[in-house]
Amino acid sequence: MAQDHRPPIESGCPDGFQYMHPVMRKNYGDWDYHEHPRPGVLLHVAKNGDQIWTVRAGTQRILDVFTLRTLCDIGDKFADGYVRFTIRSNIEYMVSDEAKVQPMIDALEAEGFVVGGTKNSVAMISHTQGWLHCDIPGTDASGVVKAMMDELIDEFKENNMPNRVHMTTSCCQINCGGQGDIAINVQHTKPPKINHDLVSNVCERPSVVARCPVAAIRPALVNGKPSLEVDEKKCICCGACFPPCPPMQINDAEYSKLAIWVGGNHSNARGKPTFQKLVAAGIPNNPPRWPEATAIVKRILTAYKDDARDWERINDWVERVGWPRFFELTGLPFTKFHIDNWRGARRSLNSSTHIRF
Amino acid sequence: MADQHHDTPMLDELENGPWPSFISGFKRLRDKHEDKRISGMANDLLGQLEHSYETRKGYWKGGTVSVFGYGSGIIPRFSEVGDSFPESREFHTLRVQPPAGNYYTTDMLRQLGDSWEKWGSGLVTFHGQTGNIMFIGTSTDNTQHFFDEINEYGWDLGGAGPCVRTGMSCVGAARCEMSGLDEMKIHRTLLNNFTDDVHRPALPYKFKFKVSGCGNDCMNAIERSDFAIIGTWRDDMKVDQEEVKKFVARKGREYVIDNVITRCPTKALSLKDDDTMDVDNRNCVRCMHCMNVMVKALSPGDDKGATILIGGKRTLKIGDLMGTVVVPFMKLDTEEDYEKLTEMAEETIDFWAENGLEHERCGEMVERIGLVNFLEGVGIEVDPNMVNEPRQSSYVRMDGWDEEAEKWFTRKAEEKAAAS
Ligand code: HEM
Ligand code: SF4
Ligand code: SF4
Ligand code: SF4
Ligand code: SF4
Repeated sequence: MAQDHRPPIESGCPDGFQYMHPVMRKNYGDWDYHEHPRPGVLLHVAKNGDQIWTVRAGTQRILDVFTLRTLCDIGDKFADGYVRFTIRSNIEYMVSDEAKVQPMIDALEAEGFVVGGTKNSVAMISHTQGWLHCDIPGTDASGVVKAMMDELIDEFKENNMPNRVHMTTSCCQINCGGQGDIAINVQHTKPPKINHDLVSNVCERPSVVARCPVAAIRPALVNGKPSLEVDEKKCICCGACFPPCPPMQINDAEYSKLAIWVGGNHSNARGKPTFQKLVAAGIPNNPPRWPEATAIVKRILTAYKDDARDWERINDWVERVGWPRFFELTGLPFTKFHIDNWRGARRSLNSSTHIRF
Repeated sequence: MADQHHDTPMLDELENGPWPSFISGFKRLRDKHEDKRISGMANDLLGQLEHSYETRKGYWKGGTVSVFGYGSGIIPRFSEVGDSFPESREFHTLRVQPPAGNYYTTDMLRQLGDSWEKWGSGLVTFHGQTGNIMFIGTSTDNTQHFFDEINEYGWDLGGAGPCVRTGMSCVGAARCEMSGLDEMKIHRTLLNNFTDDVHRPALPYKFKFKVSGCGNDCMNAIERSDFAIIGTWRDDMKVDQEEVKKFVARKGREYVIDNVITRCPTKALSLKDDDTMDVDNRNCVRCMHCMNVMVKALSPGDDKGATILIGGKRTLKIGDLMGTVVVPFMKLDTEEDYEKLTEMAEETIDFWAENGLEHERCGEMVERIGLVNFLEGVGIEVDPNMVNEPRQSSYVRMDGWDEEAEKWFTRKAEEKAAAS
């Protein structure tokens, strides 16, 4: 059989120019400025005056072929047949003629897509796989995102925020979703439950031991069989042992919770990029619509919208007003869990008399 | 058929609300697709997902599936509850590399959709968090058929496992005036230099390249890639004073002071009495803020190039890490410049492949051995741009100071000579 196989063509990453709008191809590297005529629409102007209009729309991200074809139909009928996708999985249609913009928006909206997600909006939540497809998830990122975007859709369609809000969700503590202004991530609260009968067959024990960030796992004989043992006092319930050793079940219907983090910012604008910080935890992992998580996100967004200055991302805002004010304005509890004890934690402690009243 | 559908009361809740529903999409495949293979797969997928929602547990396990000749690019998924949901029992994902910048014609999207409909579930995502097109859900046999078909018309698999992963680059030069790079060329030069390392996992762990045309870092390269290439410039930024005046007239001085002048991280800006703008270019750190606000009036300079940072990653195992500057500035104009970049990436990957522990990201290795050992390993000289500040602790052995100082003076003299 093997010799019948077709050898792969190792072409790697394809050339994007062949799929690029001709106006963009022509003006590659020669753009002058852009404008933002309305939410969801960008106008880029080249040095020679050429224009390219972009309409951005949010979708369900996991596209069935019917939806994919609908998006293509809109691209053929109302645009020039050229699209791209943003890092947050929005679709963008590019046209060189302003007259095509409004009909395209109408067509997208008529099909249920959501035009917006530009500038100081709440952008599409970037998310990971979840129950639909990952082998280790504690929740269903797609579901969390759908339920949340239902509630935040107006903020996606408008530009009411002080600056853009990038949100992410991750369905385990590996956090495939990146840093976010607001991140909603699974947080386990109990050590793994070990199925000792399976460990020796399924797990490469030394590499599982090596995987634990706090050295809480050691080899052990259980019921006469080689297995692994967890020092539950040391265990931080991170779940890192679960992917290499599925019998170390970390997911739990009750004790796998959600936590919310704020202030992650990838951009270098103003301050240097920042990591997100814990603000809320113990949130029930409550499918199908996770209302408790959404309620907290909305509270944070409301405080940010009311209190931040123009151009402040969430991290800029909290840096200016201070964390005590953040907890006061959001009404979220500050607990002992907010005080870091991971490596380098002293950096996060206040060693000054800088106190706001 | 209708009576054979799994009940999905919880998932049905996700059809409510104004945002487009992925569940409705699955149901469209289940109810409207003529191919029984696809409608049956969608039905069982919905059934298993509903079961997950009810029990709050996942039911996929990994395995080994690959296409002929490759060791990577497929995420194998086998159902643990396949007896109840047999038609989606095998539900593998193919990770396919998109063009740099994620451009498509609708014709190409249709062609990909048609192939996927022939061999797969009909579900696809543009794109995963690493940047691949994710063709979600097919059987082991069809994995090969689908790959063979799309590989013939120009598409190749991305990485999965301990290998070079699919890259990402921003729209950049194609549409954005902030760009200081040819993102697509950098992306393709690097990724396609490492095709073997993409397809045949043999590294300590994953390695990601991401390219952002400017410090706005739309690709999250600093934190999400092992090797970040970010555009910048080293001459003066451009100021169109007429546009500055127009902006001040339109928005008011207070707005400009509160939103531009006082927001500059290095206090490099000043608004003059005649409503023109003064820039202290030597102290501008190219953060992009003022340009983001005053898009027409302010723009990057002409002497463009890249800053390179090494070692960004997410939580596992030692906690999140940002990349660290290892090259403050390099030109990327000539073929020679690109060769230098590629060589540097090769050196980095080779050094890490030799010195990284199993499952240790490049940034974690740097953290363990110290930046200086890494720099010496790959042959890069130290530079004060690599640190926020010099060392604070005196507990360090510093014999050899004179030679090190001499190196610095020699290097500076050489740079000066080269520049004149
Ligand atoms: C064990 C099974 C895992 C599965 C099924 C999985 C799945 C995924 C998927 C589907 C993506 C998006 C991929 C793409 O765009 O092609 C992704 C991205 C990512 N994964 Fe995983 N992952 C797994 C394990 C891990 C582990 C062990 C880590 C970290 C130590 C990790 C960290 C990440 C990160 C950081 C990203 C986002 C990368 C970026 O920003 O480019 N994943 N993962
Ligand atoms: S965040 Fe965790 S559970 Fe979710 S897709 Fe990534 S690895 Fe899987
Ligand atoms: S859950 Fe994390 S801390 Fe606990 S044993 Fe597993 S790897 Fe170690
Ligand atoms: S990173 Fe900079 S150059 Fe690239 S798209 Fe974003 S703003 Fe434009
Ligand atoms: S780019 Fe940033 S650092 Fe430079 S002048 Fe503008 S605001 Fe200041």
